Amino acid sequence: MKTIFWKRFKKNHLAVLGGIIVFFLFLIAILAPVVSPHDPNSIDVKNILEPPSIKHPFGTDDLGRDILSRIIWGSRISLAVGFVAVGIATVIGIILGAVSGYYGSWIDSVIMRFVDIMLSIPTFFLLLAVIAFLEPSIWNIMIVIGLTSWMGVARLVRAEFLSVKEREFVLAARTVGANDIRIIFNHILPNSIAPVLVSTVLGIAGAILVESALSFLGIGIQPPTASWGNILTTGKDNIEIAWWLSVFPGLAILVTVLAYNLLGEGIRDSIDPRLKV
Amino acid sequence: MIIYLIKRLLEMIPTIIGITLISFFIIHLAPGKPTDVLTELNPKITPEAREKLEKYYGLDKPVIVQYGIWIKRIVKLDFGESFSTDKRAVWEKIKERVLITIILNVLSMVLIFAIAIPIGISSATHQYSLYDKVTTIIVFIGFAIPTFWLALLLMILFGVYLDWLPVSGLKSLTYENMSTGGKAWDIISHLILPVFLGAFGGLAGLSRYMRSNMLEVIRADYITTARAKGLSEWYVVYKHALRNAILPIITIMGLSVPGIIGGSVIFESVFAIPGMGQLFYMSVMTRDYPLIMGILTIGALLTLAGNLIADISYALADPRIRVR
Repeated sequence: MKTIFWKRFKKNHLAVLGGIIVFFLFLIAILAPVVSPHDPNSIDVKNILEPPSIKHPFGTDDLGRDILSRIIWGSRISLAVGFVAVGIATVIGIILGAVSGYYGSWIDSVIMRFVDIMLSIPTFFLLLAVIAFLEPSIWNIMIVIGLTSWMGVARLVRAEFLSVKEREFVLAARTVGANDIRIIFNHILPNSIAPVLVSTVLGIAGAILVESALSFLGIGIQPPTASWGNILTTGKDNIEIAWWLSVFPGLAILVTVLAYNLLGEGIRDSIDPRLKV
Repeated sequence: MIIYLIKRLLEMIPTIIGITLISFFIIHLAPGKPTDVLTELNPKITPEAREKLEKYYGLDKPVIVQYGIWIKRIVKLDFGESFSTDKRAVWEKIKERVLITIILNVLSMVLIFAIAIPIGISSATHQYSLYDKVTTIIVFIGFAIPTFWLALLLMILFGVYLDWLPVSGLKSLTYENMSTGGKAWDIISHLILPVFLGAFGGLAGLSRYMRSNMLEVIRADYITTARAKGLSEWYVVYKHALRNAILPIITIMGLSVPGIIGGSVIFESVFAIPGMGQLFYMSVMTRDYPLIMGILTIGALLTLAGNLIADISYALADPRIRVR
C-alpha cells in the first residue's frame, strides 16, 4: 500500500513540486532569524517606501522596514495559524463525524442538522463577529478559524464511518468484546483516515487564506507583528505610490496556498486514483 | 410542487432556530455581561447607554428568558439601536444598504454562471487538449489567489496605471452633473471590478465542477444513443448532456451563497461600496454590538433564502426531486 502510494505520488510532478515548496517554506519559517536579511521590525525613517533594490530586494514599507524580512517572519504566522486552526477543525470534525456515523439515528440527525446550520451562516461574518467580541490575538484567530471550519471534515468522516462500520472486521472486533471507543478509534478511524488527511492539507491552505484576509482587514494579526495580510494593508494604503508593498506579500500567499493545494490533490490522487476529479 | 415547497419551508424552521441560538451564544461568548465588554473596549459608552443596553437585553433575567426576549424582538426585525453616534435603529441602517449587497451578489452569481459553465463544458468536450490544460492551470491558480490581493492588483493596474476604471464607491463626485448615459456608464464602471472579484472566487470551483459533471454525463448511454441517432454534436452536448450536467450545479450555487455574502465584507471595504458588508466591517471595527448581531442574523437569513431559491430551481429543473 505504502509503496504503491509513493510510486503514484512520485509520478505526479506537480504534487512533488508542491511538497518541495512546502518543505522549503518550513525551513524558511524555522530559520527566519538566520535567513532574513534585516530585523523585520527595525524602523528606518530615512528609507521609507524605497522601491526594490539590492539592499532591500522587495523594497521597504511606510516605516522603512525591510519587506523581504517581514515576509520571511510572516511565514511563521501563516504556518502556525494554518496548522493549529486545521488541527482544531480536524479534531472536532473527526469526533463529531465519528459519533454521527457510528451511532446513527437521532444523534446523527442532531449533529448533521448542526452542521447544516453552521454552513448556512456566512463563515466570514461569523469569524468577524466572534473576533469582535474577543481580542484579535493570534491564539483567538487560530481557535476561531478552527471552530468555523470543521464541518467539511465532519461530513467526510461520517460518510467514511457509515461504510466502514458495516465491514466484517468491525463485527469481529465487537464479538471479541471491544467497546465503542476502541472500535471507533482503533478499528474504524485508521481505515477512514486517508480522505481526512487530504482535507487537512487542503484545509491548511484555506486557513492561511482566511488569516491573511482577516489580517488584511485589520482584524487579524496586529502590527507590528508581521503577517502577509497586514503587509498588504500597508500596500492598500500606499497603493498609488508603492506597488511592491502589494505585489510581494500576495505572491507569498499565492505560492504557499498553491503548494499546499498541489500537495493535497497529489496525495488524494495517489491514495485513490478513482477520486480524481 | 406545493407539497415539496411546504416541506422545504418546514425544514427551514429548525435551522432558523439554530441560527438564532448560535447568534445568541456569541453575545454571551465574552466573559461577564456583554455590556462589560462594551464598556471595556469602548470607553465612550456612557453609563446611561450601558444601563439601557442591560435593560434591553434583560440581563437581570435567566438566560432562557433573555433568549425569548431577544427572539421576540428579532421576529419584528427589531435589533435595537446602533451604538454609533447617530443612534439609529439597526434595522434602518441595514435596510438602506442590504439592497446594494444583494444586487452586487446577484450580478456576481450571474457572471459566475455566464463564464464558468461554458468554460467547464468546453474543457470537458476537449478533455486533455491544450485548452483543457491551460484552463486547469488557471483554475488551480484561481483557487490559490487571495481575492483581496487580486483586488489590489487590479486596482493598481486599472485604477492607477491605466486609469481606466474608478476604484472607490459606486458613483463619481461629479455624478449629479452627468447625462443619463453618462450616469449609467459611471455606475457600471464602478461596478465592473467589484462584481468581477465577487465572482472570481466561485469561478474556479464551479468551472471545475461543471467539467467533471460534464465528463461523467457525456459517457452515459443516452448520449451514445443521441449520437447514434445522428444528432449533431452541438445538439448532443448542449441539449442532452448539458441539461443533466447542470443539475448539481444549482445545488453548488446554493451552497456557495454564504461564501459570496461573506466575501462582500472584503470587496465592499476594499472598494468603499456602501453595502451591508462594509457596514458589518465598520460595526466590527467600532464594536457596534447590536449592529453586528443584526447583520449576522440578516446575513444568515439571506443565505437561507439563497438556498431555498436554489432548491426550488432544482425542483423546477428536475421533476424527480418534486416527487420525493
